[in-house]
Amino acid sequence: MKLTDEESSMRDGVEGDAVAAAMDLLIRYGDALGAERLVDTRNVAGTMTQPSPAKAQLVREKGWAKAYAVINLDSDDDFEIPRMKVPTCQLQHGFSDDADGLTSYSKQSIELQADAESYYSERGVNVLATCTPYQVGNLPVRGEHVAWMESSAVVYANSVLGARTNCEGGASTGAAALTGKIPYWGNHLTENRYATHLLQADTSIDTFQEWGLLGYYVGEVVQEARPAIVGSLAQPDLADLKHFGAATATSGGVEIYHIPGITPEAPTLEAAFGGGTVPEAIRYGDAERRWAYETLNAQGDSDDVDFILLGCPHASLDQVAQVAHLLEGRRLHEGTELWVMTPRALRTMADRNGYTQTIMRAGGKVLTDSCPAMSRAAPPGTRVFATDSAKQAHYLPAILGIEAWFGTLDECVDAAITGRWRGELA
Amino acid sequence: MTVELRGRGIVPGVVEAEALVTHDPISGFGGIDVATGTVIEPRHELFGVCFTGKVLVFPGAKGSSGWSGFFQSTRLMGTAPAAMVFNVVTTKAVLGAIVTRVPTVVEAAPNPLDVVRTGDLLRVDGNTGVVTVLQ
Repeated sequence: MKLTDEESSMRDGVEGDAVAAAMDLLIRYGDALGAERLVDTRNVAGTMTQPSPAKAQLVREKGWAKAYAVINLDSDDDFEIPRMKVPTCQLQHGFSDDADGLTSYSKQSIELQADAESYYSERGVNVLATCTPYQVGNLPVRGEHVAWMESSAVVYANSVLGARTNCEGGASTGAAALTGKIPYWGNHLTENRYATHLLQADTSIDTFQEWGLLGYYVGEVVQEARPAIVGSLAQPDLADLKHFGAATATSGGVEIYHIPGITPEAPTLEAAFGGGTVPEAIRYGDAERRWAYETLNAQGDSDDVDFILLGCPHASLDQVAQVAHLLEGRRLHEGTELWVMTPRALRTMADRNGYTQTIMRAGGKVLTDSCPAMSRAAPPGTRVFATDSAKQAHYLPAILGIEAWFGTLDECVDAAITGRWRGELA
Repeated sequence: MTVELRGRGIVPGVVEAEALVTHDPISGFGGIDVATGTVIEPRHELFGVCFTGKVLVFPGAKGSSGWSGFFQSTRLMGTAPAAMVFNVVTTKAVLGAIVTRVPTVVEAAPNPLDVVRTGDLLRVDGNTGVVTVLQ
């Protein structure tokens, strides 16, 4: 990989040992990818503060600097961690004190994370603590090179915002934050952003659930490739595309998609394919829709629902408002928990609007910073959960060994009120 | 008789170990348990199978960007595979191999998924990019 003089001097230690280690990792990473060079970035979204058993052990032995060196820079050397060189935010992490006592998630982990937040805030990391930084002010502009991780945020940044990022990890974002560099490879290059597959929706995609089902099917079919979606599509909103992208990145590895006329790099179908040949369409009809629904619901058996999870990726303010509206004057079934996960900044707005109070009066909770998949913890005793999120329905059975039901928001709220799952594909 | 597969070494080092082959892409976050080095995704063909100490031969990574962090954790917890061989080069899998610090060969021909079977003894040379099926 070719390095600029600035990059070579960083590698040689002119800006300190941590920056040198960061550059070393970026060079190993870029070479392994086959990148020709690095590219400048001023927007990094990564993870540093979330506890894990391996990280807790490193912190116990040698402190946060050691944890950053090993986990975020892949280095065993001991050095101080300087201030982040470019704007950097923390994505979602473990549960914070608002979830204290609600799960088996340990008090020690909550304290460890609070300690990490202080350490990294002092080094310039903005603790947004959400999987949707684009909902709370981190909105890269079209064409901007960024270094983000979190698959649902990556697919949103590339597809909906037209920013350019690969699906980065803890170590590459850790190194990017200290250098302002990331390999110029993959989605950073225009020619790698054009669609490779055409998906034609023959059934109406006009609700949050339909966008999730379509996304889950698309990810399964195209895996890592780049779909363009056409057909019977109603105008999506932020929540629809947030759900759609997350679903494609869960069943497959989609990092960019195009919806002609909707997403910025595809004013037309031809533009989505960069003027190249448009392949024959893969059809999404009733059978494919039913496959997605039944696959997501294949991990539910008992109709007795303990736990309802809403907000994955983190709920928008409109979604929180909708949940509050549905719960107005109602009361959760005894023994059933309902959580709405949202960014802390939006929780503040939900409080101000009275949505939080309405949800709490019904017996539900509005929680921030994390989710049961990330923290690997649900309410104690949970056996069967329900969600309107394709991503959580996919992941939680594997992570927590519980049963899952996937349905609409109305069906989820009904389950919360009755304790019974009565969802079905309309 | 030995068979050689030639690709690109992306993490240096040489290791000999038994192959564990899957034709399904692997998810890190939500797909493996780092404490036991086991695949936990219910629909995966390696569901419940431990990869610790094996040469993991797989198509590539899928799912969350937590992929690299989860495989890095297997190294820190002593449950990592001995080596990796995959052909679909993505940021997730490449970064994951680097931070797992196990010899890794990518883009090998003939396709490892056509040639290697679970239980074969492999030598993975991350320096030269050669994977040898020893028996």
